[in-house]
Amino acid sequence: MQKIYEAELSFLEACLKVNPKSYGSWHHRGWVSARLPRPDWARELSLCDRCLSLDDRNFHCWDYRRMVVKVSGVPVDQELEFSDRLIGSNFSNYSSWHYRSTLLPVLHPQTRQEPPHASSPRGPQSHRVCEEQLLKEYELVQNAFFTDPNDQSAWFYYRWLLGRAEREETISCVYVSREDERVAVAFSRPINARCVGLLLVLDGQPLRVEWRSVHPRFRHSPVLICDLPPGTINDVTNEHNLTVHWTGNHTHRDCALYTGRVESWCRDTATDQELFRSELSVEKTSVLQSELQSVKQLQELEPLNKWCLLTIILLMRALDPLGYEKETLAHFQTLKEVDSMRSEYYSDLCCKFMIENTILKMEYAEVRVFSITDRNLTSLCHLDQLLLVTHINLSSNRLQRLPPQFAMLQCLEVLEADNNFLENLEGVYHLPRLQEVSLKNNKISTLTDLQPLASCPELKRLDLRGNPVTQAASVESDLAELLPSVTDLLL
Amino acid sequence: MAAEDLPSEFDVVILGTGLAESVVAAACSRVGQRVLHLDRRSYYAANWASFTFNALLTWIQEQQEGPQPEQGKDWSSLLNDGEELIHLSNPDLDSITNIQVVSYASEEDEEVPDTAKEETSANSQLEVESAGSREEKSAEEESAEAEGTNTKGEETEVDQSHPGASSGPSEPTRKKISYAQLVKEGRRFNIDLVSKLLFSRGSLVDLLIRSNVSRYTEFKNVTRILTYRHGNLQQVPCSRADVFASRQLSVVEKRKLMRFLTSCIEETEMDHAYSSQPYSKYLQDQQLGENLQHFLLHSIAMVTEDTPTEAGLASTRHFLRSLGRYGNSPFLFPVYGLGEIPQCFCRMSAVFGGIYCLRHSVSCLIVDRDANRCKAVIDSRGQRISCSHFVVEDGYLGSRSSVTTPTRLLSRAILITDSSVLPGDSEQQVSMVTIPPGEVCQSAVKMVELCSSTMTCMPGTYLVHLTCQSVGSAFEDLSQLVTKMFQTPESQEPGGRPTVLWSLYFNMADGSVPGVEGQGLPSNVHVCSGPEGSLDHEHSIKQAELIFQRILPEEEFCPPAPNPEDIIYDGESPTPSAEEDSGKEAGQQEESGGDLNPQLDE
Repeated sequence: MQKIYEAELSFLEACLKVNPKSYGSWHHRGWVSARLPRPDWARELSLCDRCLSLDDRNFHCWDYRRMVVKVSGVPVDQELEFSDRLIGSNFSNYSSWHYRSTLLPVLHPQTRQEPPHASSPRGPQSHRVCEEQLLKEYELVQNAFFTDPNDQSAWFYYRWLLGRAEREETISCVYVSREDERVAVAFSRPINARCVGLLLVLDGQPLRVEWRSVHPRFRHSPVLICDLPPGTINDVTNEHNLTVHWTGNHTHRDCALYTGRVESWCRDTATDQELFRSELSVEKTSVLQSELQSVKQLQELEPLNKWCLLTIILLMRALDPLGYEKETLAHFQTLKEVDSMRSEYYSDLCCKFMIENTILKMEYAEVRVFSITDRNLTSLCHLDQLLLVTHINLSSNRLQRLPPQFAMLQCLEVLEADNNFLENLEGVYHLPRLQEVSLKNNKISTLTDLQPLASCPELKRLDLRGNPVTQAASVESDLAELLPSVTDLLL
Repeated sequence: MAAEDLPSEFDVVILGTGLAESVVAAACSRVGQRVLHLDRRSYYAANWASFTFNALLTWIQEQQEGPQPEQGKDWSSLLNDGEELIHLSNPDLDSITNIQVVSYASEEDEEVPDTAKEETSANSQLEVESAGSREEKSAEEESAEAEGTNTKGEETEVDQSHPGASSGPSEPTRKKISYAQLVKEGRRFNIDLVSKLLFSRGSLVDLLIRSNVSRYTEFKNVTRILTYRHGNLQQVPCSRADVFASRQLSVVEKRKLMRFLTSCIEETEMDHAYSSQPYSKYLQDQQLGENLQHFLLHSIAMVTEDTPTEAGLASTRHFLRSLGRYGNSPFLFPVYGLGEIPQCFCRMSAVFGGIYCLRHSVSCLIVDRDANRCKAVIDSRGQRISCSHFVVEDGYLGSRSSVTTPTRLLSRAILITDSSVLPGDSEQQVSMVTIPPGEVCQSAVKMVELCSSTMTCMPGTYLVHLTCQSVGSAFEDLSQLVTKMFQTPESQEPGGRPTVLWSLYFNMADGSVPGVEGQGLPSNVHVCSGPEGSLDHEHSIKQAELIFQRILPEEEFCPPAPNPEDIIYDGESPTPSAEEDSGKEAGQQEESGGDLNPQLDE
């Protein structure tokens, strides 16, 4: 048997010499190797090494090699040396960098430090690397991008190093409204309303409720809502204790609704979680600071290098998002000029960062007003963080739509979005407390565009001045029919 | 065979088997010329030769003994009317001088040698085989202290109780190599008389590829470029991967170096602004920092402080263009030594009908007085052989050339050492080392360290070639550097440096001295110069091409040779066989066997 298979292996080796990128040959080789009574894994590894030395981006070979390593149990540190070697011979090969990023968390896992606010154990495998190793990696990758700053592999790896781990899965906010008899729950990641095991306990009694996402357009959502059975909490004189259990993750969050209060919430804020900052411990942020210094040094040498600029932005965000806001914006401006092909990407990224900053500012100020005006905003994100916002002002930006996610703003009372390019209001959907909407000087042209507003029961005031729709005949009567609750209509 | 006469008519007679002569021979045969290629010596490649250790010892002896007396025969009987003779001389008369051998290896295969053996002999007093004849010299007493430490180092190898007093990291396990071993394993050495490398995009590599001569030999990449600075050896980062991996450069230096290297490939306006200024000034103004300037000037451009910018940039570009073609450095080295290359061309010539004789010379040229052309030659056996062109190594013209031109010399040192000057992760490193002028020696020294996988030295040893322009004798020029970089009994402080087992110093005539063309020589006599001091082969290849164009202005220089399968053999060919010398290289030329008369399939 051994002989037959070995003959097959040498035949396959000959085949691979002719076509080293044949799916069939590699797959068959894997099949044969797995059945070989006495496999010679060292030989297979050396075959892979030879193939990779001829073409270090032969992904078929990479795949096969991973299989061999897994089956033959090559120690991880040896594999790390292998990646050292490949990177040493050609650091433009992202395959080797990526392979490294899968090895490091295994070899040098982050030591488990329970953050004080964590309410649940972490997942089984941290995808992060311990700090000490992380610093060594910074140095290695820095050598690469200083040597060739136009090579993207090193920069991508650097971004991975600077990136944050996936957040642990928690319930970040529970909000309860007495008047609407509604509970809204925000999670650290979008979840499926149907599949997730959520249990609502009211005053010690489990309640049967139906969880749903805020908008019918998506089933996965970081914010889920449910309506309580009528009459359960509407008496202001009663105090209620509410607990949401996320059974799948063994986490829960309590929320108390005191006497005389119409609403209540319990949450971790973005500032509590340091959501938009680096993960390094405080002592080691000095390292990030010196990273920033050296990348800035590179930028002095290569003022128009896009990777360098982008990395400076990322480092600044990791260090102090608010403190570096002005510089960040200036760098984005340069980026859009030097890399005009991707200017829209930079615009969106810039929006994201500005929204993050605005969230931080709002939370430091401990208000429920979110205002970001005149910033050339092109898109909205992090809307799950705005669950408690009552007033939002998005005026004088370049928004074209309020996306379905906008419906997560469950507490919203006043929406101002003047002077944008809005033509789609899909996200203004079933917002129970929305009373005022100002949409002056936008691109709303038909009544159907305004249809979503009809789902907001409390809407009283609507300003549509400067929109094409106002030119239509009988618009007033049509609107009265569509939005009977509106008493104050400006056209 | 030897008694047989050669054919009496050829198109081209070539005397000397150096590189340029061999290339001309190959080029002429290739286009159908009848070529007779002779060398007075018993080996191929003249001063380009590579020797086994034992052959080198014989060569040294021959050089010491001087030439055999010429029998001043009178060939005037072979002359016709209107003809006169030009006598040729012995090529080895002047080209090699100041030979000095210093052996440090212990004589016997002893475990604790009592004293390091030193043999120093001046010109023509050489005693290589001087077993037992230990000279009690004052020099030995002087170095007694240093030897003391040396012996101590050897003792620690025996009892390994107190660790490494003076030996390198891998030393304790290795046994000292004795002189007897060097002789016994002598066949594993291929010691070059000249030390050169091939630029991956140099004219020699191009020629080897174009002419298909490359099929006769193999090459190894030089694996690293080193430089000697402030008494330390440093690796010169020249490729992208080197720069990335370098530990001596700061990241900012890395960026600056890479930027300079990428930008200088393209010519810019800036370059012209510096056209009258030295390259070192140009580098200074690039804000590169001292470290990088040193690398660029001495190791990459390999020029001196006062080389003009244009020349400096040109050689930098040449270096950079060669980088990455075959590997991580711009240089190639032929496996089995440089002597292979002239032989490869000879072989190509023989395949296309060239006739080869070693130990066979030309004693005089017969010149037509009126036309001032060489009509024929008289070989060392007194046969008159007519030819339309005569190509000769300048050494055979002897006194003729040296009268008018001042002789410039190269200083050479050849060392056999026991470890690498800079131990790396791999033992098999081929290193090119530049030692800038003023560091130790007056002139810039180029050093090439070969490992055993180049098939030029026995396993466990390294072969080190040093070359510089002479100021004094080779020993005067280079021994100080050797003492500094290697462990010899003369070394002052012990340190983990490689130990020199055996060394040879000699001076060689510098072939870059302007040629002797037109010095009253007939117009169809073409002179090839011997090896010169530069690292590359450009000089000889250009010279060969020039000579070929003068001989055959209409013909293509070394067009690709056809595949052996495409050659039709003419079985009826009546031409007499090539004269094979029974010398040691005979095996190399077997394809020229007489009844093979290859023709192009057209």
